[in-house]
Amino acid sequence: MSLPPARPDPGPARASRARWHPLEVLFWLAALACYFVLPSKHLILTEIAILALFALSLDLILGYAGIVSLGHAAFFGFGAYVAGLLAKHQLASEPLAALLLAGLAALLLGFLTSFLVLRGSDLTRIMVTLGVALVLREIANRYAWLTGGADGLQGVSIEPLLGLFRFDMFGRTAHAYTLAVLFVLFLLARRIAHSPFGLSLQAIKGNQLRATAVGIAVNARLISIYSIAAFYAGVAGALLTQTTAFASLDVFSFERSADLLLVLIIGGTGYLYGGLIGALIFKLMQDYLSALTPQYWPFWIGLVLVVIVLVGRDRFSHWTRPLHRLADRLDWRAGQARRATVSERH
Amino acid sequence: MVLALETIGLDKHFGGIVAANGIALKVEKGARHALIGPNGAGKTTLINLLTGLLQPTSGRILLGGRDITAVRPHRRVKLGLARTFQINQLFSDLTPFETVGLAVCERQGLGRNAWGVFGSRPELVAEVGQLLDRFGLGEVGDQRTGSLPYGKQRLLEIALAIASRPSVLLLDEPAAGVPEDERHAILAIVAALPTDVTVLLIEHDMDLVFKFATRISVLVNGALFVEGTPAQIARDVRVREVYLGETAHA
Repeated sequence: MSLPPARPDPGPARASRARWHPLEVLFWLAALACYFVLPSKHLILTEIAILALFALSLDLILGYAGIVSLGHAAFFGFGAYVAGLLAKHQLASEPLAALLLAGLAALLLGFLTSFLVLRGSDLTRIMVTLGVALVLREIANRYAWLTGGADGLQGVSIEPLLGLFRFDMFGRTAHAYTLAVLFVLFLLARRIAHSPFGLSLQAIKGNQLRATAVGIAVNARLISIYSIAAFYAGVAGALLTQTTAFASLDVFSFERSADLLLVLIIGGTGYLYGGLIGALIFKLMQDYLSALTPQYWPFWIGLVLVVIVLVGRDRFSHWTRPLHRLADRLDWRAGQARRATVSERH
Repeated sequence: MVLALETIGLDKHFGGIVAANGIALKVEKGARHALIGPNGAGKTTLINLLTGLLQPTSGRILLGGRDITAVRPHRRVKLGLARTFQINQLFSDLTPFETVGLAVCERQGLGRNAWGVFGSRPELVAEVGQLLDRFGLGEVGDQRTGSLPYGKQRLLEIALAIASRPSVLLLDEPAAGVPEDERHAILAIVAALPTDVTVLLIEHDMDLVFKFATRISVLVNGALFVEGTPAQIARDVRVREVYLGETAHA
């Protein structure tokens, strides 16, 4: 019997993409290390983690399913207010339970509004999502007896997490809490991205006509991921309320949705880390620049954006390729894979 | 005679234009049936009606005796009706392995699985590997589809339809645009399709049609003009006039 041709089997190669890359492990270790090494930076790191989760949410629909949204703050804001109201009226005083409920409420909203984004071009979707966010903002503004209107939701007090950990003024609990939630939801998103379902979303993004011809129920898949993304955004919003004990109309603002797109433009879409890296760069840049020029910092953000678009993402990833190659060389899985093929042959 | 695919009085009007006019097509089970006709005869409209991208103004479509006129496009695939496209419709950012694996997952009803890891099941890997090898795509299974040469993409186009394990396969000009030296690969694949798959071939290339088909229907101005064996069609004077005559001019 002749030996099979010596080429890597594409199957295991694809499955191994779902395994952890050393750079990923490094990324999360660094995030964890920041908690211990930078005790004075809990507040901004918490903000970064919340923005990262929010961006991860947009990446799920934009980077995987190709749905553009300029109103993703709708779900963020909805989650924020639901969490605030749950805490204020002590309907669910344990933060983690309230977080879950806020996420589920946003999921329901996502499900109901998903039907609006099924049809139409990118432009239609931009307008529809923008409209939904604006409508929600006005509703929150109008029903001031419930939401506090333009004054924001006052009198929110957050109980200790799990009944054990108080939200302290240094933001230690808040930071650990948001980082943990981000990590868990990231794991879930990662699982989804590497699943047959996740692949079918990429197929829909790539070519809807062919996706249908392969037997994919396009609309049902889009509704699912849109609802899941709304859950993520709702949780991010709820985290903001819980860590600041406040919610204002600003959570629905157009700027929040627009900034989110900037975050993904900076970090890139379709590989899950884009939102996290983008959030980190965006917040640090905002923090640094606004300290430097309190009035004109948006100018510099705009400049960076123009440079990114002009230079092109491909060239950026080209520059970081040596880093990837180094990481691949350090990769412990390469050895494992070799051993696996050898043992299969025998 | 068992029919794999049948249309009954299929009409499609676009405003005042009649794109399909009472088409009564009968495709026998296991047939190698070719559909030819001059440009604008309504071949693409008919395919879109069959696959459900268009809804007929009136008439019915039966797949294996079952009325699928109201069935949505992706459900028709699950009922065994697959197609290829005249112009490649592939997922350029995915690899051929992912592309074909996706179709296999959908066929097995696992496409909604958001927890399992794609490519981790040995059966899937084996099936996709076999299919890719059969279509001469084994070597490039892990490359980005968009970077493959046109001929390879054309083969993937057919492999993807086969991965759905259709009972009826609609081939829309499989050799369109393929350079001469790669055409034989396509022809060999088309000729080697399993006999239990019923094939309806839409093609301009008369060479391919007469080499491959056991039955030919000619479509003119949205209506079935004539139907018969290749020999009958080749002899038919009217067909020469409306169709072959026209291609001679072109």
